[in-house]
Amino acid sequence: MIEAGYNFGYLDENTKRMIRRALLKAVALPGFQVPFGSREMPLPYGWGTGGIQVTASVLGPDDTLKVIDQGADDTTNAVSIRRFFGRVAGVATTEKTEEATVIQTRHRVPEAPLQEGQILVYQVPMPEPLFRLEPRVAETKRMHALADYGLMHVKLYEDIARHGAVTTSYNYPVLVNGRYLMSPSPIPAFDNPKLHRMAALQLFGAGREKRIYAVPPYTDVRSLDFEDHPFVPVRADAACVICGSRSSYLDELIVDDTGKRAFVCSDTDYCASRPPLEEEAA
Amino acid sequence: MNAAIRTEHLSKTFTLHLQGGICIPVLQDVELSVAPGECVALAGPSGAGKSTLMRCLYGNYGAGSGHVWVRHAGVEVDITSADARLVRAVRRDTLGYVSQFLRVIPRVSTQDIVAEPLMARGVAKEEARARAAALLARLNLPAALHGLPPATFSGGEQQRVNLARGFAPGYPVLLLDEPTASLDAGNREVVVSLIAEAKRAGTAIIGIFHDTEVRDRVADRLFEVAPIQSAAA
Amino acid sequence: MSDALMQASGLTLRFGAVAALDDVALEIHPGEVVAIVGESGSGKTTLLRVLAGMMAPASGQVLYAGEDVHAMGESARRRLMRSEWGFVHQNPRDGLRLRVSAGGNVGERLMAAGARHYGGIRAEAIEWLKRVEIDPARIDDMPEKFSGGMQQRLQIARTLVTQPKLVFMDEPTGGLDVSVQAKLLDLIRALVAELGLAVLIVTHDIAAARLLAHRILVMRRGQVVEQGLVDRVLDDPQHPYTQLLVSSVLAA
Repeated sequence: MIEAGYNFGYLDENTKRMIRRALLKAVALPGFQVPFGSREMPLPYGWGTGGIQVTASVLGPDDTLKVIDQGADDTTNAVSIRRFFGRVAGVATTEKTEEATVIQTRHRVPEAPLQEGQILVYQVPMPEPLFRLEPRVAETKRMHALADYGLMHVKLYEDIARHGAVTTSYNYPVLVNGRYLMSPSPIPAFDNPKLHRMAALQLFGAGREKRIYAVPPYTDVRSLDFEDHPFVPVRADAACVICGSRSSYLDELIVDDTGKRAFVCSDTDYCASRPPLEEEAA
Repeated sequence: MNAAIRTEHLSKTFTLHLQGGICIPVLQDVELSVAPGECVALAGPSGAGKSTLMRCLYGNYGAGSGHVWVRHAGVEVDITSADARLVRAVRRDTLGYVSQFLRVIPRVSTQDIVAEPLMARGVAKEEARARAAALLARLNLPAALHGLPPATFSGGEQQRVNLARGFAPGYPVLLLDEPTASLDAGNREVVVSLIAEAKRAGTAIIGIFHDTEVRDRVADRLFEVAPIQSAAA
Repeated sequence: MSDALMQASGLTLRFGAVAALDDVALEIHPGEVVAIVGESGSGKTTLLRVLAGMMAPASGQVLYAGEDVHAMGESARRRLMRSEWGFVHQNPRDGLRLRVSAGGNVGERLMAAGARHYGGIRAEAIEWLKRVEIDPARIDDMPEKFSGGMQQRLQIARTLVTQPKLVFMDEPTGGLDVSVQAKLLDLIRALVAELGLAVLIVTHDIAAARLLAHRILVMRRGQVVEQGLVDRVLDDPQHPYTQLLVSSVLAA
């Protein structure tokens, strides 16, 4: 049931059409940032206004929506966005990755492989991967236009020269379809390989920065690296204390007053779907 | 016509724009021709324009009118009108000039200063340096000095570096401006024999020699450069 | 001549009432060092920027290897600027990334050209630091901590690392102490000869022009008033302005 007085999915049809046009352009130019007329949403910037507008524009009455925040379905942000769409679109919601047709996410990619027909919507705070290196927006646009990405490699070079390894552990830059440098949003570098040739459609929305970009299904997404310092997805060398997984991405928790640490799966649905405490062989 | 270098109606006048545009004619209608293996000494009182003529021959001064023909790679090139790149090629391969003063290049060693024109002509670095060292030694410049830039050398030492640099490549045409001016008797002898060897090798030499004894020993003939009297008249 | 690396003709540009370029023509050939001299405001830096494609002329044409520099797309021009061309700025701060290490500065052009082997890039950077007489132990230091002379040498290493064919230099010794200038000039002279670079160097330093250049252009009020072999122009200047310029210099 849609709450009275709202159009389906909160946004009016013209806005959705405008956003869909931006999305089509984004899909046609994988990794390219398409400007769009970002609307005021009933929640503050930084809470996923870009992702919500994208979700609102692609959602249909038959869709099943899942929302995760840092991998969890039960955090404030996830719960409120799910309830929001429950009220303004009346769509079915789920916490199960495989049941969802549209998954809006903040800072994670689900552990379970996504399928054709599914759409993954990322919330993006800063779409420009070069913004810390080149403060002039006009110049970053020119660099994208000319595929002039030597500077990004300079950053990786500096990391290795100073720390012996690339220290970027999240929002690790990727090259999409061999052409555009793209921020994968602040997902852990551990998730980067999942973007590569993913079966699902990946859409990225940045509300405050008014940019949309996309990675169509089965598109090459490569993490930047050097031949002699290849990209390595890192995770904590531990097992989940709930499900025992040694392959999923883990959150570190401090569990008592003495500072004792424990690791649990960041993807709550994945963790819950596994038989409890059957520790895998390392 | 087999001159290695010759002039044709060569004239030179300096116009001093900063002194109200006064004109000082120095050379008028100079006709000089030097064959391969011949050494011609320029004669005339000081101020007659001998050095100016030398510089015109090298292309260091432009000519007011007339031509300076240098036989370069089988054809005669007019130094007064050739473009800068051709003049550079002529200077690299054909036309050498030993001026009175060494133009020192900061931080470049004596040996490399002498080897540089050889290397410019394609001689390998090691061979060029070896030939440079041998020639410097012949001019009695001790090996200890070869590695140093000549900026701090005495006048005589600098002149010998200059001579080595001029004689090392074996140019078909060599211009010598007072080559023995600050040399002692021993080194003067070395220069005399270098000139004799160059002549035997077919080099056309034009020189200004203050030292008439040296001049008479090396020159095949004199060429009189007369001061232009008519300027004031 | 047809083998010119760069040919410019009829270049004209005005800034209001001031003629920055007035029908300027110029040619530069492979391996040739050409100095552009003249007092401040004579248009020499404008000429350099127009030739390097950084500024468009009101009329006239600049051809590089037969291609019109101002008609080609920006992407082609940038590709040139990071491969076959180099630009050495007067102020090294304009040509360096001060918060990127010396090694990263030298490596940037290599990486932009597609180098993806960290060890190889680093080895090349060390080699170039040595060539410009910077202690390779400082490879990971930030250039903002370097002296002016070192910064300028680093800028030169960063520019030459990809072995360009044509390098534009805008008063490369401008802001430096005299003793540091001499060392830098000598370094430039040696590298240019060794690499066979074509160089267009803008300078008001007649002695530097004499030391480095084969050919010289004297500019005044946007016009080339005299040009030719460097020693002929400086020792036997014909134009009143050149005579003034040469006579104002001590023992050039």
